Amino acid sequence: MSTTHERLPIATSSDVVLVRNAVRTAAERMGLRNIDVTKLVTAASEIARNTLVYGGGGTAEVECLQAERRTGVRVRFEDHGPGIADVQLALREGYTTGGGLGLGLSGSKKLVDDFEIDSEVARGTRVTMTKWR
Amino acid sequence: MIGQRIPILRFGAHLLVSIQVDIDDQMAVQLQDDLSAAIVKAGAHGVMIDISALGVVDSFIGRVLGTIAATSRILDAETVVVGMQPSVAITLVELGLSFKGVRTALNVERGMDLLRATEGEGTTDVDDA
Repeated sequence: MSTTHERLPIATSSDVVLVRNAVRTAAERMGLRNIDVTKLVTAASEIARNTLVYGGGGTAEVECLQAERRTGVRVRFEDHGPGIADVQLALREGYTTGGGLGLGLSGSKKLVDDFEIDSEVARGTRVTMTKWR
Repeated sequence: MIGQRIPILRFGAHLLVSIQVDIDDQMAVQLQDDLSAAIVKAGAHGVMIDISALGVVDSFIGRVLGTIAATSRILDAETVVVGMQPSVAITLVELGLSFKGVRTALNVERGMDLLRATEGEGTTDVDDA
């Protein structure tokens, strides 16, 4: 599988916009349908905000995936924040610790094809999402 | 980008906001504050927010639009959000955002019709007489 990488910092709310733009560019280049581009960009926006607000900042890595049979875009978010104590609870729709709507994590999962959370308390959180063409 | 503001235009008894840039969270909150101040200052009865250029409305921006609509209503102004892209609408629903309490219209023209229609519903403003 051949890939191209792009790594972006997430330290301010305008960085979240830059992540959205990078994901959009990658998704369009890989030929995702318009609706799938919007879904992936929206999911990435949710997680980028979580990385900033809950994780205290981090990075986003945008990868264009091209295999023999599959084409898609993968975005990996990483922070070294407090981590998520109960991932299952955090994924529940409407659950929030930050005063938001509690749709960020649960909603993003619904918007993409593959979604993984790897979190360790006091170590940080990694979220990986993939949308296939 | 930092400190950038979304302009608020006045036309008659209404305010018009057209979001033409990819909005970050700080700008969204700034718009929320600016709009409530502008409603009071102008004595506006309607607010139209054009989001046709927005490629993404996530849960935060969605919540800000909801807060703007609720705040405006308390300040005696009706809010209508116009021009949402179809892919954005589908994504919002899948995300689980109901957009409850936010009036929407397909485009600026229909949004204007809606604001004009609601004008008569509210209390009569002495200044307008």
